[in-house]
Amino acid sequence: MIRIKQIHKSYVTGQNSLHVLKGIDLDIAAGEMVSIMGASGSGKSTLLNILGILDDYDSGEYHLNGLLVNRLSERKAAQLRNRMVGFVFQSFNLVSFKNAMENVALPLYYQNVPRKKRNLIAMEYLERMGLAEWAHHLPNELSGGQKQRVAIARALIGNPKVILADEPTGALDSKTSLEVMDLLQEINATGITLIIVTHEHDIALRTKKTIRITDGNITEIIMNN
Amino acid sequence: MFDLDRWQEIYHVLSKNKVRTFLTAFGVFWGIFMLVIMLGSGKGLQHGVTQNFGDMATNSVFIWTQQTSLPYKGFPRGRGYNFENEDAVALAHSIPEIKYLAPRIQAGGFMQTNNVIRGLKSGIFNIMGDYPAFNKIDPLNFISGRFIDDLDIREKRKVAVVGTRVVELLFNKEEKPINQYIQIQGVYFKIIGVFRSKRTGEQADQENQNIYMPFTTLQRTYNYGNAIGFFSITSQDDIPVSVVEEKAIRLLKQRHSIAPADESAVGHFNLQKEFDQMQGLFFGIRLLVWIVGTGTLLAGVIGVSNIMLVVVKERTKEIGIQRALGAVPRVIITQIMTESIVLTTFAGYFGLVVGVGLLELINYLLGSTGANTEMFVHPGIDFSVAVTALTILVVAGAVAGLIPAYRAISIKPIDALRYE
Ligand SMILES: Nc1ncnc2c1ncn2[C@@H]1O[C@H](COP(=O)(O)OP(=O)(O)OP(=O)(O)O)[C@@H](O)[C@H]1O
Ligand SMILES: [Mg+2]
Repeated sequence: MIRIKQIHKSYVTGQNSLHVLKGIDLDIAAGEMVSIMGASGSGKSTLLNILGILDDYDSGEYHLNGLLVNRLSERKAAQLRNRMVGFVFQSFNLVSFKNAMENVALPLYYQNVPRKKRNLIAMEYLERMGLAEWAHHLPNELSGGQKQRVAIARALIGNPKVILADEPTGALDSKTSLEVMDLLQEINATGITLIIVTHEHDIALRTKKTIRITDGNITEIIMNN
Repeated sequence: MFDLDRWQEIYHVLSKNKVRTFLTAFGVFWGIFMLVIMLGSGKGLQHGVTQNFGDMATNSVFIWTQQTSLPYKGFPRGRGYNFENEDAVALAHSIPEIKYLAPRIQAGGFMQTNNVIRGLKSGIFNIMGDYPAFNKIDPLNFISGRFIDDLDIREKRKVAVVGTRVVELLFNKEEKPINQYIQIQGVYFKIIGVFRSKRTGEQADQENQNIYMPFTTLQRTYNYGNAIGFFSITSQDDIPVSVVEEKAIRLLKQRHSIAPADESAVGHFNLQKEFDQMQGLFFGIRLLVWIVGTGTLLAGVIGVSNIMLVVVKERTKEIGIQRALGAVPRVIITQIMTESIVLTTFAGYFGLVVGVGLLELINYLLGSTGANTEMFVHPGIDFSVAVTALTILVVAGAVAGLIPAYRAISIKPIDALRYE
């Protein structure tokens, strides 16, 4: 599903250039559930953003579902994100003026699905998250756990091949974190590839494989069971 | 197609900071408001001034006699002379470019005493002897009856056409003036028509005191021989009146032994020239108004563009989220441009409505107070001007949104998402 070869990425700020990814090779098969761990600043989010086509890389090759992703036009990139990738962020990133249902329906809006139909589908996903009665609440009326479940529903609604989660439990207490992980595991069980960046060992242990990044290189791949 | 989500977002953006939105909108409102008021006032001025032309054919020239200023063929300078009936015949014969030729003679020498009497009532009025053609050059607005016709001229009938002021002064309110007799300088005339001036103010008051009778009647009755006071002439439709003016003056000079170089012996007034000058003036006013008006509008539109830039900056993260979820650049660009267009168009439309409303109010007040506004009549703007203004607004709104829209998508989605 995901295949990267010798990916390099530097951030250039003024005179300085910071070499963040130093030749990453990684294969992730369809349906895998993988965690990425590493010290702060090691380049985990940078890698995940490249995988999600939110950012580009300097050299190397990235194939997503067999398609070479390299310097795409923003239109192509947006369409590809919409069809292939679901995002779950640490800070939820819900749209503040849309209620839970409309937030979930957003990816379908960009596919020009009619409003009635996409809201109906959004309701189904909210029901699966146990949030049907919160459908018409704005994000600022929801708890952190509820917000993250709305975000997960939103990531799922476009039937993506891959879900990328950057510290999805980072802003949650341990009990809610466990609930969110249960959800993500269920999702993975339906065949969707899942990649989670995390700092927490017990979260990583619930994935099948943990990739450790140190200073821009993959230094270790651990199979969990 | 109506897109509820789009409008929800526009509402969210514009209502988030209401004071700011209001102030921005006010800039545009004021621009279009000023444009409408200035254009409308210009129109009012134009109407006022052109109404003083009445329905007079603008391709007219008026020619009268003055004293000669050069000696010629044995005549000394400073000689007076009169146009005569034969001049009219000669003009009509030798200048085919003439459409209407109306000789006129005015009965004079009565300014001190009442010259028109009916029973116990009397008044001082202007007495004109005219041909039917005069009513073609400067048509009167008849309340009842008719103007002088060819039969009146031929039979030298003692008939008169009078203005409303004449009727007011010589008749009781309930009396019908048509077919009644009035005594003009001692001779009885039957009234065959009553008119009210189309002009405004002073000029209207003057005209309403006029009495017209057949030219031939006046010449005969009051012993003017074959003298003519002045000529009103219009040119054929496709010929500039200056051609006729030049030919007529040359012919008249010849017939009266006036030096061709004598500039002052033949008095003349070219209405066309006057009218064209006036039109030029109004065109200038309109041009100035558009420049000033669109300048004001532009300032408002730049304000909108500025605010949209601020909005885009504030919403960087939100736009980043939308892009991460699959919003293509076109979606973002149309969204921001629509916001800008909506803001400008609403504000501008409001300015248009308030401006037109104010003009209507002025119109109403002018009408209802009966103010003597010779120079300011029916202010207002054309429908096409309103449509033009609205089109300008929509385009301006789009242009104002363009830069902010491209700013929004010029940054990478990940940088937008990370924006604090
Ligand atoms: N847009 C950017 N411009 C410049 N430097 C950046 C940018 N984004 C990240 N960096 C730098 O790149 C390095 C890697 O950042 P990254 O966000 O990938 O780390 P991370 O592994 O996700 O860390 P954390 O666990 O704290 O989230 C850091 O040193 C960071 O300061
Ligand atoms: Mg990170």
